[in-house]
Amino acid sequence: MFAEVPLFPEQASTTAQRVDALFFFLCAVCGTMAVLIAGLVLFFAFKYHRRAEDERTPRITGNNPLEWFWTITPLFVFLIMFLWGANIYTSVSLPPPDALEIFVVGKQWMWKIQHPSGQREINELHVPVDQPIKLTLTSEDVIHDFSVPAFRTKIDVIPGRYMQIWFQPTKTGRYHLFCSQYCGTSHANMVGSVYVLEREEFRQWLDSQAATGSLADQGRQLFLKFQCITCHSADASARAPVLEGLYGRIVPLKDGRTTVADDAYLRESILYPEAKIVQGWEPIMPTFKGQVEEEDLIKLLAFIKSLKPGQTPVRNEESLPPLDAPKVPPGGNPKPRQSVPTYQPQGKSNQP
Amino acid sequence: MSSAITTGFVPQAKTRPPRTPGENYLNVAFGVKSWLLTTDHKRIAILYLVTLTILFFIGGAAATVIRLNLMTPNGELVPADTYNKLFSAHGIIMVWFFLVPVVPTVLGNFLVPMMIGARDLAFPKINLLSWYVFTIGAIITLWALLAGGVDTGWTFYTPFSSKYARTNVLPTMIGIFISGFSSIMTGLNFIATMHTMRAPGLTWFRMPLFLWAHYAASIILVLATPVLAMALILVGVERAWGIGIFDPELGGDPVLFQHLFWFYSHPVVYIMLLPAMGIVSEIVTCFSRKHIFGYVFVLWSSIGIAVLSFLVWAHHMFVAGQSVYSALIFSALSYMVAVPSAIKVFNWTATLYKGSIAFETPLLFALGFIALFTMGGLTGLFLAALGVDMHVHDTYFIIAHFHFIMVGGSVMGYMGGLHYWWPKMTGRMYSDFLSKLAALIIFVGFILTFLPQFVLGYLGMPRRYHVYPPEFQVLNVMSSAGASILAVGYVLPLFYMLWSLYAGKPSGPNPWGATGLEWQTPSPPPPHNFDETPIVTTGPYEYSIEESALVH
Repeated sequence: MFAEVPLFPEQASTTAQRVDALFFFLCAVCGTMAVLIAGLVLFFAFKYHRRAEDERTPRITGNNPLEWFWTITPLFVFLIMFLWGANIYTSVSLPPPDALEIFVVGKQWMWKIQHPSGQREINELHVPVDQPIKLTLTSEDVIHDFSVPAFRTKIDVIPGRYMQIWFQPTKTGRYHLFCSQYCGTSHANMVGSVYVLEREEFRQWLDSQAATGSLADQGRQLFLKFQCITCHSADASARAPVLEGLYGRIVPLKDGRTTVADDAYLRESILYPEAKIVQGWEPIMPTFKGQVEEEDLIKLLAFIKSLKPGQTPVRNEESLPPLDAPKVPPGGNPKPRQSVPTYQPQGKSNQP
Repeated sequence: MSSAITTGFVPQAKTRPPRTPGENYLNVAFGVKSWLLTTDHKRIAILYLVTLTILFFIGGAAATVIRLNLMTPNGELVPADTYNKLFSAHGIIMVWFFLVPVVPTVLGNFLVPMMIGARDLAFPKINLLSWYVFTIGAIITLWALLAGGVDTGWTFYTPFSSKYARTNVLPTMIGIFISGFSSIMTGLNFIATMHTMRAPGLTWFRMPLFLWAHYAASIILVLATPVLAMALILVGVERAWGIGIFDPELGGDPVLFQHLFWFYSHPVVYIMLLPAMGIVSEIVTCFSRKHIFGYVFVLWSSIGIAVLSFLVWAHHMFVAGQSVYSALIFSALSYMVAVPSAIKVFNWTATLYKGSIAFETPLLFALGFIALFTMGGLTGLFLAALGVDMHVHDTYFIIAHFHFIMVGGSVMGYMGGLHYWWPKMTGRMYSDFLSKLAALIIFVGFILTFLPQFVLGYLGMPRRYHVYPPEFQVLNVMSSAGASILAVGYVLPLFYMLWSLYAGKPSGPNPWGATGLEWQTPSPPPPHNFDETPIVTTGPYEYSIEESALVH
């Protein structure tokens, strides 16, 4: 039962090595301090223990140079610790451009993973070794936390927001995946495994998994299904901005501000269309809040991100009917929707 | 005993009503009513002592079941929901209904007036009211915890607490909300008392560091508690009426709650800690018979901690999606707040130099405080380092760290203070042998309980886990074994302290040969503390003054 007692976690990512280096530095400095203080206290306690009841002591009230010495010195040591820790933290928050993006949705109490090529996993994450992996995470309900101790990686997964973290596995194997933010009854069971595979193995694994097209392909279908195409078409009569090549661009807004078209912006524009209106356009888009699930949002985003000039699909008879269209009997010919979704002034209300 | 040392004031003309010899605050009146309607700060301190001791053992019982459950990886003892309610109850009771109030309301209440040479606090009735308010809050929360429980953890993170939890969130929060008013009353009372009621000659910079520590803690109590009240109200409003504040579904921001919560709950750590630090300053000087080393530095470090404690809250949220720049600032500020704590430890150590050190029980606890608090503080440096916090956040590393601070620090300090002033409060001495044994057992038990948790945390074991991977079992069993030793250490004082009331040797007014004003009165003190208003002529720690200088 007690056969193997690990005392130190495996180092399985580039971050792990950096975090551990700082950890050992902190252990050394703090260990020295602890031993020094404990040693002094014990030394004084025994050297100066009371030998006689009427013992007198010298009146020592302090020593200012000494005080300043032990005020300033820790400050300098702390500064090193701060800069070192900050260095690791900032680099972890900036994913390299060639990172493989994987999407994670947390919910009570499971992890749902979506690979860009369309494969899905529950409570398991397969990644290739020596490849930077960027995770984009969100939650369907409460706050969770995606934590892989072997990678020294941890990020809260917050509902209504896209969080981001990246790591580069350095060692193949199977590692713990924990939910580290308390999330209710089965919090302790919201665990899983991260499998780090050789690149070739990973490719085989991807092939062995059923996938109905890449995330972007699935997003393309949703783009039609949700009738986004009705307004966001690429022709001159479009009632909404063209989305081709939008991702990462700077978007001028109606109120004079600008914003970067990142994941958070795209998400917000689908769920809260009136939040940021693009310059030159009217706020006619209805909210899709409550209609698009987190996982479908990710697909839509993947599609929009992949959209190159000239790739906007053409709306045709085969497009699926709009969500609120009258039910068509099986076999019936769905008519394309004629009316555009009208903009209803909704103020701050987010109800669809 | 060595009355020559006990100087610092000269008797003034009589200003107090005459007193029958032998009359003290305990025997001046009897009966339940004389206690429940008392406005004597010393009796109110005893009321708090009894209340808080009961609460401590309830919170401790929850911890016992938690540790028993964690003996096995599959959590066979209690189901997951029960486990979640247990750690929530443990945190809620220990933080709000023990650690925050304990030193100020028991030792502070008893000693603040005595140390400044006053007959009571500035607002004696508000002092009594604070106990009632606290007790009502505690009863409501206890009822909520026992009748169904709450499973949000003591942190009440949204949107879990405001929407998803189906347990007694509202009643628990109402109890905490109510008890907050008692904190504010106590803080205000101490501030007003120290400003207006110091004895003649007791200038600010002659005040014992215990008082300065309480002053600093009172500032935090008064300024931070309302923010908690607001945060709780907002959660309640969202939970009861679905008004969107924290829930993103309703357009709210779940992280906003964390900002509000930690704006209170980080400073609150220093409410627990500062008064305990004050106790240590008193004990270390007394039992080394030395003037405190660097009085001004220890004093200003208390104020510095109180101020800086308000500026570090977001270090609880380094992985909660705050901007990198914000994280950098809060990391740097967190290192700043470590400096005044370090100053205190260095000064206590230096105070021992060339002292005349007597290993009495209070000093053992105080040295235990210094050792455990130092370890707690040093591991705090790990957490302030952004890169390392990323790994150990929300793991057992955090659990171990804050238990070193709050239990190894605050509770050790409180135990030291209780043993130090027990003879003053009761007029009796407790068993020397048993009390030293208890100090030793608590120290050893504590180390054994929480040291393995640092290892567990760095291995990655998350906190609040009802079950865990089997390779963590050995360390968990070690921790549980330590906890059982710790439990013995905490129960033991209950017996010898109570025993001392019946069979303890009379202590006399000043059994430790201490300098503070509180030791100038009989033990237990008379109802009005001093027969004559003392006049203070020296600083608080004149243990080394030559005989000749003492003659007035």
